[in-house]
Amino acid sequence: MISTIDYKQPDELGFYGDFGGAFIPELLRPNVEELNNAFLAMRDNATFQEEFQDLLRNYVGRPSPLYYSQYLSETYGAKIYLKREDLNHTGSHKINNALGQILLAQRMNKRKIIAETGAGQHGVATATACALLKMECIVFMGEKDMERQAPNVQRMRMLGATVIAATSGSKTLKDATNEAIRYWINNPDAYYLIGSVVGPHPYPEMVAYFQSVISQEIRSQLIEKEGKSVPDKVIACVGGGSNAAGAFHHFYCESTELIAVEAGGMGVDSGKSAATSALGIDGVLHGSKTILMQDEDGQVVEPHSISAGLDYPGIGPEHANAIRKERTLAINVTDQEAVDAAFELTRNEGIIPALESAHAIATLKKINFKSDEIVVINLSGRGDKDMSTYQKHYESIS
Amino acid sequence: MNPFRKNNKQLSIFVTAGFPELNALPSQIEFSQSKGIDFIEVGIPFSDPMADGPTIQESSEIALKNGMNVGLMFEQLATVNVNIPLVIMSYFNPIMHYGLERFLKQCKSCGIAHVILPDISMEVYKKLYRTTFEKYGVTLCFLITPSTSSDRISKMSSLSSNGFLYLVSSNMTTGNSVKSASVSEEDVKRIREAAGDTPMMIGFGIKSRGDVLEAQKNADGAIIGSAYIRALSEGRQEEFISSVSSPELQNL
Ligand SMILES: Cc1ncc(COP(=O)(O)O)c(C=O)c1O
Repeated sequence: MISTIDYKQPDELGFYGDFGGAFIPELLRPNVEELNNAFLAMRDNATFQEEFQDLLRNYVGRPSPLYYSQYLSETYGAKIYLKREDLNHTGSHKINNALGQILLAQRMNKRKIIAETGAGQHGVATATACALLKMECIVFMGEKDMERQAPNVQRMRMLGATVIAATSGSKTLKDATNEAIRYWINNPDAYYLIGSVVGPHPYPEMVAYFQSVISQEIRSQLIEKEGKSVPDKVIACVGGGSNAAGAFHHFYCESTELIAVEAGGMGVDSGKSAATSALGIDGVLHGSKTILMQDEDGQVVEPHSISAGLDYPGIGPEHANAIRKERTLAINVTDQEAVDAAFELTRNEGIIPALESAHAIATLKKINFKSDEIVVINLSGRGDKDMSTYQKHYESIS
Repeated sequence: MNPFRKNNKQLSIFVTAGFPELNALPSQIEFSQSKGIDFIEVGIPFSDPMADGPTIQESSEIALKNGMNVGLMFEQLATVNVNIPLVIMSYFNPIMHYGLERFLKQCKSCGIAHVILPDISMEVYKKLYRTTFEKYGVTLCFLITPSTSSDRISKMSSLSSNGFLYLVSSNMTTGNSVKSASVSEEDVKRIREAAGDTPMMIGFGIKSRGDVLEAQKNADGAIIGSAYIRALSEGRQEEFISSVSSPELQNL
């Protein structure tokens, strides 16, 4: 059935159904308003678009290939394609959004960029964009994530960024985001370059817009390969949900089944999970209303995932709405299933995926396909940053 | 009648419910009343207080570890004989989880008529929550800053006219030790004009008698948050209140 609701379009106040909006202190209003005005002016500006498209093509290396995986197709009984965001410059989809926003920041005459990061991929993408445009860069990263994604900390520093450890709470992505917001309140001259489809309006809409190049390319690449632009299923992992938002964007109004993969951690009922839509209820965090993991007193709980990029207690409001209205199907995958899927892909296709992206691969075991179905998995990033985690697993199996 | 519309300048302190001990709130209220404090802000702790600096973050964390929650705070409030206004301050999530309607009903039955929720903007309030607040006669007191436009201030002022507007100097989280809470004279004049009859309190970053005097000169009163919390955690609250109060208050 083809949907008549446009799930990618929020209302004037930034609400996607019940979710989204801008739940921000008055202190941030001027910053957010300035951003919204700049975004509205630039999204239809021809020179901005030209510059952005030029960077995507010549700096990022887009379009990223849509790779037909013989192995996965034969093993799981469908026509399975991998959208190779791992081949982008800096190694993940995060660079698409970082470049879009930095061009916006440049037009707003901002000189100082701040960002939060979980896996470090968004931090690296932001530090890269800042090096390119010669801007000052400060990245907030949970102390725990700085340990488990150490190579990315080194990359950010080499790129000239200052990395500040977030030491509050669970010392992961949620806490890094709190620190970035507080810094922004205290330094309104900075540009806050958010890394996912979270935060107050207009961030979720804007980040989805910059990532929508993913589904735009999938459409034209599928025409070439399959003679039609619309796949039967699109599968993407969800931390905040930016790679999923980009991969789903141009398919909301089609018959495509959209599958969002959340991190099940040690299992949804284990108390150590980040499966937000399975465990969360309506709440407000980081400036938007969304589905949020919280305890019986309305305090945000510390999630768990082996993957730093998915270790977040909320989910972008676009996804919260689409999941609640059953347009998007949420599935969760455990730490172990993700690691197994990463090894399966590595040994059979020679592609080492990011732990986040491995969650999307792992869902293949959980879905029954029809043999002629066209399935696209968004391979959001590569696994270099995860070698120490993979190595532990490798040593335990060999 | 608006309890904040007074001729004399007011002094308020902020306490985090459940800090430093789980059951500290009733004695904190009694202590403050006895010291001549004009009204008290009671903070319901939240795990992710985005507008707060390290001091209030830490007090919230300790309060949560101690086991504070919305229901328990109301139970504790019911045990105190309160004779000054209490204003509840929190972030929206714990309240939404408790149930906004249930929360406001409880406020009403405890005689609390004013709430501050920094993460509820005027737009969101009008669209989603205003009717519920009005049903229980509870006023949401909005935060404003020197960057808030006059037009916006006058709109907020009419929504908060039974309470007050909370002026914070532009760009700082609570308890910022570097910046001072001062607001320029032109800003004060413009803001006062836009706010009309609605009382105005100044807070965020007030630490000393000098800060209090300046805030009281520019507005109807001063609210002390982090500096009091710090004093409380060091057991210096008596001394601190004396040091920031007017001589008349000290002699009470
Ligand atoms: C490779 C990769 N995939 C996915 C994610 C999750 O983010 P999002 O859900 O916004 O795509 C991250 C975040 O760090 C990442 O590095």
